[in-house]
This record gives sequence, C-alpha cells and structure tokens, in this order.
Amino acid sequence: MSTDEAGTAICAHGLSKRFGALVAVDRIDLEVPRRHVYGFLGPNGSGKSTTIRMLCGLLTPSAGEIEVLGLRIPAEAEALRRRIGYMTQRFSLFEDLTVRENLEFLAAIQGVPRRRTRTRIDELIGQYHFGGCQSQLAGTLSGGQKQRLALACAVIHEPELLFLDEPTSAVDPESRRDFWEKLFELADAGTTLLVSTHLMDEAERCHRLAILNHGVLVADGTPAELTGTLEGRTLIVEAADPRRAQQALLGVQGVLSVAQIGNALRVLTAVEDALAEGAANTRQRINDALAKAGQKARVATTPANLEDVFVAVTRNDKESEERAA
Amino acid sequence: MNRRRLWAIVIKELRQLRRDRITLAMIVGIPVIQLVLFGYAINMNLRGLNAGIADQSGTAGSRALVMDMLATGVVAPVATVNTPQQLMAMLRRGEISVGIVVPPDFERRRSDGRPVAQVLVDGSDTAVQGAAAQLAQVPIDSAAPDMRAPARSTPPSGRISVVSFYNPQRRSAIDIVPGLIGVILTMTMVLFTGIAIVRERERGNMELLIATPLTSTELMIGKVLPYVVIGLVQTSVILALGVWLFAVPVRGSVLDVYLATGLLILANLALGLLISTRAQSQFQAMQMTFFVFLPSILLSGFMFPFAGMPKIAQWFAELLPLTHFLRLIRGIMLRDASLWELWRDVLALAAFIVVMMAAAILRFRKRLD
Repeated sequence: MSTDEAGTAICAHGLSKRFGALVAVDRIDLEVPRRHVYGFLGPNGSGKSTTIRMLCGLLTPSAGEIEVLGLRIPAEAEALRRRIGYMTQRFSLFEDLTVRENLEFLAAIQGVPRRRTRTRIDELIGQYHFGGCQSQLAGTLSGGQKQRLALACAVIHEPELLFLDEPTSAVDPESRRDFWEKLFELADAGTTLLVSTHLMDEAERCHRLAILNHGVLVADGTPAELTGTLEGRTLIVEAADPRRAQQALLGVQGVLSVAQIGNALRVLTAVEDALAEGAANTRQRINDALAKAGQKARVATTPANLEDVFVAVTRNDKESEERAA
Repeated sequence: MNRRRLWAIVIKELRQLRRDRITLAMIVGIPVIQLVLFGYAINMNLRGLNAGIADQSGTAGSRALVMDMLATGVVAPVATVNTPQQLMAMLRRGEISVGIVVPPDFERRRSDGRPVAQVLVDGSDTAVQGAAAQLAQVPIDSAAPDMRAPARSTPPSGRISVVSFYNPQRRSAIDIVPGLIGVILTMTMVLFTGIAIVRERERGNMELLIATPLTSTELMIGKVLPYVVIGLVQTSVILALGVWLFAVPVRGSVLDVYLATGLLILANLALGLLISTRAQSQFQAMQMTFFVFLPSILLSGFMFPFAGMPKIAQWFAELLPLTHFLRLIRGIMLRDASLWELWRDVLALAAFIVVMMAAAILRFRKRLD
C-alpha cells in the first residue's frame, strides 16, 4: 500500500478501533484518490468520526496501517498536521472571538507566512462572504455562517487534504448548497476532501463514497456504481391505500424493505437466487400479495438511489449474520 | 517552541479575557474586597474596648493613672469592681475585654520602681492584645503631676505590666497583609488556569487545537503568561492598598517583593494547569482547587503559627507554595531580608514550578484517546 503525488491521498488497511469491549471500527480498507470529494456515509455511531480521527492522527488505531500523504500515521502525525485541515463535527472555534480574530489566530497557529496573513484573511473574508460581519463574535453567527467560518479557518493554510466531519448536519438546505459549492471549488483547486455525512443527498454529490455500518465498510465506489448494483431491484408501488399495501408486502419473501413515500411505496427487493426462477418471481409474489390484500396497485421499476443502496447493504449484512448464526 | 504560535495563544487568551466580565471583575474585585475585609477586621487601632476597673489603691495618683488610661480612648469603662478576681471572671464571661488593676500598694510600688498597675487582656483576640499594649505606654510621671520629687526619682517606663491570657504568644497583625498577597494569589491564580484547559475541552476548542501543529509546551506556556501579568497587577493593587490603608511597611526591596510574588504566581499557575489536565469539567476543576486552597490557608502559617503545628502537618505544609511564599514575603517586607538570604524557600518554589509545569506538559496529550 502506498500514497503518491498523482494518485492516492489516503490509504488504510485493516483499520480497527476498540473502546473497551466496543468495536467502533472493524477492519476497514480504504483508498481515497487525490482531488476528489470522498464521502463517508453512515448512520450515527457507525464509526465515521472515529475513522476520521484515526486518519488525521488524533486517535491511535487498535490495529491496521494508515498512510496519509506519504506519511505513516500515527507515527508521523505531527508532520501531517501542517498539511491537513480538520473541521470538527461540533463548532470548535472560539465563540468569544470575532470572525477576524478567529482567522488571525488560526493563521498564526497554522504557520501562514506573516507577510501573507493579511491578504489571505482578506481573501477568505471575501470568498466566504464575511465582509459585513468580520468583527462580529463567532458565537453570535447563524448556523450556516458558523459552518462557513469553520471551513474558512480549516483551509486558511491551504491544506492538501481536508477532513470534514458532518459539516452540514445542522444547516438549512440553502446554506448547504453554498457550502458544497465551496467544497467543489476546493477540489478543483487540487485539495482532497474527505466528508462524513448521514444525509443521502449530500452523499450523492461526492465523487466517491464509502458506506459504513456498525464500524464495517459495507460498500464503496462512485454513487453511480453503487446504485448500478441495484439495477431492477427497486420498485414503485402505487396503491389506493398505501398503509394497507405496506402491511401486505412486509412479509413477502424477497422484499427487503417497504418505505412509504407520499401516496406510493418504494420497495427494495433482494438479489434473486440464481437457482430460482428469475426476477419475475419476486414481482409475481408482490402482485399476489397485493391481490390477496384486495389492493389494486400499479407496480413499476424505478432507478435506485443511495438510500436503497444503504438499505440493501445493511440488510445483506443482517441476513448474512443471521445465516452465520 | 515556536514564538509566533506561543504569542498567538497569549493574544487569544487576552482577547477572551477582555470579553469575560466576571473574570475581569474577579481580578481586581477579589483583592480589594479581601484586603478591605481582612484589613479592617484585623484593625489594631481599636477604640472603646469594654473595660473593668479595680482601683484597690484609691489614691489621687491611682485615680489620675486610670483617668489617663481612659483618656487614650482605647478603653471605655463599663464596670468598677473591687478585686482582680472579679475582673477575671468578667473577662472569662466576655463582659469586658480589658481589666485594669491598681494594687493597694500603688504608691509604694511607684517609689520602689516596681510595676504599678496591671492590665488584664482577653488574649483570645490578638487585636485586643495589641490595643492593650498601648495602655501600657501611659507614662507614670504625668499620672502624678503633683508629686514631682518622687516621680523624678523613679525609672520612667515599663511599670505597667500587661498580662495576656489565653494566648501568650503575640502575633503582629501586620503579618496579615503580606500573607494576604499570597492567599489572594493562591485563590485566583489556581482557579484561572485550573479551568483554562478544561474549558477549551468543554467548549470543543480542544479538538481543533490538537489537530494543528501547536505543541503542548506552546499551549501550556501561552496559557500561563497572560495570568502572570494579571497576578502582578493584583499584587500591585494589594500592596498599594496595604500601604495606603493599613500603613504596612515594605522594609526590603520592592523588586524582591515582586520576584517572590512572581515565583508564587508561576507555582500556582502551573498547579492550576495540572489540575486542568486532570479535571473532566470546569466544575470539577473548581472542586479540585478547593482541595489546594483550604490546606494552603490553614497550614501555611497564614492563620496559625507554623511552629505550633504537629510534625506531619509541617511536612505537608512544606509542599504548599504558600508556606514558602509567606516566609519569603514576611522576611522581605517586615524584616528587610533579601531573596538571597531566603534562598531555601526560593529554591523550593522554583522546584515546585518546574515539577508542576513538566507534569502538566507531559500529562497533556495531543490525542483524544
């Protein structure tokens, strides 16, 4: 395993972290290409933050090897800190300092050359729209402004690699879109970004992503690759009484999940067994179940989204566990 | 260590401090309030102490002596009795603070040059003792202006003896103000840095800081430096008020006073930092501060004389910075000693600083686990 100038920014192998009896991260293999926005998708407690903290050297792994920007972590973590930016999940700037004072503080701590400090701060204040409120205390900013300030502070020293731990979970959609614009600008300028999220729409924006569940990396690839694996397995069922139809479908063999979306049901089906009689089989069983419940319904395939992927991989996980047991 | 990063921490601390009104109020408020409270509570210039008088002689000379004593204003008569025994009973019951006894053989004692009168003092209160000492200064000559010849033949002073009950060891109240510098600094300095690191952890700033190139030494020293200045400001406030309000002498060099105080400030700040690296919350840090503060006040010799404590307590007290500081500051301010002469306590404080600071830096990990 190795990281190099052109291709890979982060490379991890067999990465694990135990807190006492709890296995927070379980043998993760990871490869993050440079100049990409790489997403970590997973529910709360899936090990996203722990993984990020291990990758930037804040936590010592229980097992496994990490190489980031050609440096072995955690041994060379000090050298890495000059080259990365880290935006924590919780707002971690000083609420009793102004916007400008926070930027000045981080510029000095991150070693931005003295001569460049002023112009760099002015530049960031312009880019991140803090022109009117640079002497406002950070604690009085709105949620979206705080996130923008945190990002500005994280990139003040123009890091090669940026870790963002659930950057927009507490931000309105408008601010979130602005925020992602900034992330792509950074990626275009050559920065590698690793973003964790539990929001599907954010995950869809990433160049590549890894899905984590209970500390295990259950799938990775581009969003298109991931949704591509579910080709033909997602159905839309439009029924007059969606709640009753949902009850009818829940026990059907081959149905992984049934979620109500407005007046329709979104159904995810399992991979058909090669020995069984084909995909039509599950469709047949679904139609039978609906007829039996007296539901007139229209069933059609629909393109899969990341939520389906997430449900599919986590259900597979459960099933294989049950089978093993 | 990188000077720019160190300076960035100092500036940040000062900026945060400027916006923290309660802490700012504490910096000046605590010294002023404590000094005024302690200072006036221990005020030696007492007026109107309740006094009982037993004039067994009843001559013109003895009456004149009693009148002179009353004229000082220090005592106000509340009772006139016949025997010293009655005075002692009243003293015990707390009805009077001072008893004046003129024995039946007053005239003979005066001509013999023996003590002519006795002042009985409630020694459980050191301030009262001090006041009674003033009474003993009343000259006997003027007590008998109409008896020039025999008066001239008698020695001029030391003939009213002061007998102090309950606390034969006299302690000067002047001791309190220099000691108070140490007490106030112990209270505020340990608290300021005690919450310094843990506050950043509570507010989430720490995760940001440890992901930067900032080193633990830079962070620790950067946190301490602003408070050294604040501690010296507090010292100046206490010294100025002490000299102005209570006429506390500064017999040694002022530079030595500040050097000694600087040592105590650093010792307390380093101790606070160590507490801060251990405590899980600001509240816990405050609780831990009290564990240091109480023994400091009780064992250092500020309240009770060091020599009177059992050996074990003395050994423990030697570990407290305030103990060494009290010896330094009393030596410098009251006995005109130089720091050089008190090198043992200087060395003890310096060692304390180095050990605590090193422990704090070593304990602080740039890791979350």
